[in-house]
Amino acid sequence: MNNKIKTQNARKRMISGASFFLSTFAGFLTCCLIQRFKLINPYILMVIMYVGINIILTASLNLINGYMGEFSVGHAGFMAVGAYVSSILTVRVFPVQHAQWFFPLALIAGGMGAGLVGMIVAIPSFKTRGDYLAIVTLAFNMIVKSAIENIDAVGGPRGFLGMSKLTTLPWIFVWTVLTLWIIRNFIYSNYGRGVLSIREDEVASELMGVHTRRVKVLTFVISSFFAGVAGGLFAHLLQFINPNSFNILKSTDILIMVYLGGIGSIVGSIIGATIFTVLLEILRPLEVWRMVIMPLVLVFLMLFRPKGIMGFRELRLFVPEQYRKAVARWRLKRKEYDAVS
Amino acid sequence: MPCLEVKNLTHYFGGLCAVSDFNLALETGELVGIIGPNGAGKTTVFNLITGIYRPTKGLIRFNGKNLTGLRPAAITARGIARTFQNIRLFNNLSVLDNVRIAHYAGMKYTPLEGIFQIGRFSDEEERISERSLELLERFNISELAETEARNLPYGMQRRLEIVRALATKPRLLLLDEPAAGMNPSEILKLIDFVRIIRKEFSLTIILIEHQMRLVMGVCERITVLDFGATIAEGTPEEIQNNPKVLEAYLGEEAAV
Repeated sequence: MNNKIKTQNARKRMISGASFFLSTFAGFLTCCLIQRFKLINPYILMVIMYVGINIILTASLNLINGYMGEFSVGHAGFMAVGAYVSSILTVRVFPVQHAQWFFPLALIAGGMGAGLVGMIVAIPSFKTRGDYLAIVTLAFNMIVKSAIENIDAVGGPRGFLGMSKLTTLPWIFVWTVLTLWIIRNFIYSNYGRGVLSIREDEVASELMGVHTRRVKVLTFVISSFFAGVAGGLFAHLLQFINPNSFNILKSTDILIMVYLGGIGSIVGSIIGATIFTVLLEILRPLEVWRMVIMPLVLVFLMLFRPKGIMGFRELRLFVPEQYRKAVARWRLKRKEYDAVS
Repeated sequence: MPCLEVKNLTHYFGGLCAVSDFNLALETGELVGIIGPNGAGKTTVFNLITGIYRPTKGLIRFNGKNLTGLRPAAITARGIARTFQNIRLFNNLSVLDNVRIAHYAGMKYTPLEGIFQIGRFSDEEERISERSLELLERFNISELAETEARNLPYGMQRRLEIVRALATKPRLLLLDEPAAGMNPSEILKLIDFVRIIRKEFSLTIILIEHQMRLVMGVCERITVLDFGATIAEGTPEEIQNNPKVLEAYLGEEAAV
């Protein structure tokens, strides 16, 4: 009996896995076609790619600010590390004629660079509790910016260029899906539950056996890894980066996207990043005035929906099958067990 | 060898002495109560045993091994679990998740296996979900497994907190005012509940309580604290007639 249910579960998991893979593949093919035959006007294509990058940034920051309930305000700093590391690799280290094949490697290296820096920031920050992290990440963002401004080898304040346009719609698609998939899996794993319990009550969490400091550092590293990847994608889309692209205002933009879409939610990250990016483009004719309208939108949002549009709510699509039906499966199993005995 | 041995435990908050020279020796299977007026240092003793605070002075030994200086999570892993005076559930998470989190240390897969959903991930998740649900079923909360913890009625929340503590597979359970806010009939139920879990999970229990009905009903031995100092020790009958205890609770004149 037990085995029968086990194979049934395995089959169900395989079906949901296959449908996920097929729909992703279909999306990927569509992106390839759009890119290849230029089906969309280049400006809109550019906006779509920005949306993708912003989704990666928002979802990764949401991991810290939404799921874990800590407050990090220097996400652009990790983005900068990823952008510079991957750009240096594609321009100076990897052979130029094969650049597109080395691109994913450069992105991963950029992500790992950012992750490593994230670990260095996280370990001392999480030794104490409270608002400490906000101050440390704020300082970190400023340090990264001024450090890059003072390194002449990467162009200093003039910026760094020479990257070819390696970021294409299919790459954006793949990385966005991969990011969301990994973050979802992480949240619905043992460690993810640890992250949620830290948000709910850190003392109780520690007393239930959760190694809270390790979980916090791990979460922070994952988050900064994806910020680094997003930075790499950003650098190879714009083909030019300078320290000012990663200042505290950029971090604030990411924060706005997180709190607009909804904290502690993957759908929220998607919605927040999309609305924010598209709205900024639509409001472009207003020029400086859009910097008045965006904060106003945020003020009203905080007044009427303090947790964001999708705060703490999740679309069923983003909850793993195994997690969702644990109770129903257990009941079924008991029933069959009772029937036998 | 005693199960838990606390020797000369002393703790200062700045200049304030919260616990001074506290001693306690527990044999395996015993049920001991700690009582005392508000602010006597009872909860501080629990916080010291579970590693939330580091004692200024003193020794805590559990099954012969020194606990002082360990992280709370490490102490939990050694087999000490507790509940809180003011319920501290993970309010926005489901009842099932509350219990699953208590299995954190018992999960045997790495973050990478979790992120890519490979290796031991599926089997371990399944195993822990089932074990958590069986535990909930045992205490009649499985029907509410998918409810958010904050939506449970008060008495249920108290019970869930104990179940969650049991999920960490403790050998020593510390109950911090489990009857706070309960009416007499609920307290009678709680007395049964404590007796049942003690037997079924072969636990050693320390109980902090204000409700004399509960303390006198289940505890075999009682320690009385006042202003951080131990003022009396003994069986419930001895404590009931101890003039020092009456004085601490009712004031000097009443005792005379």
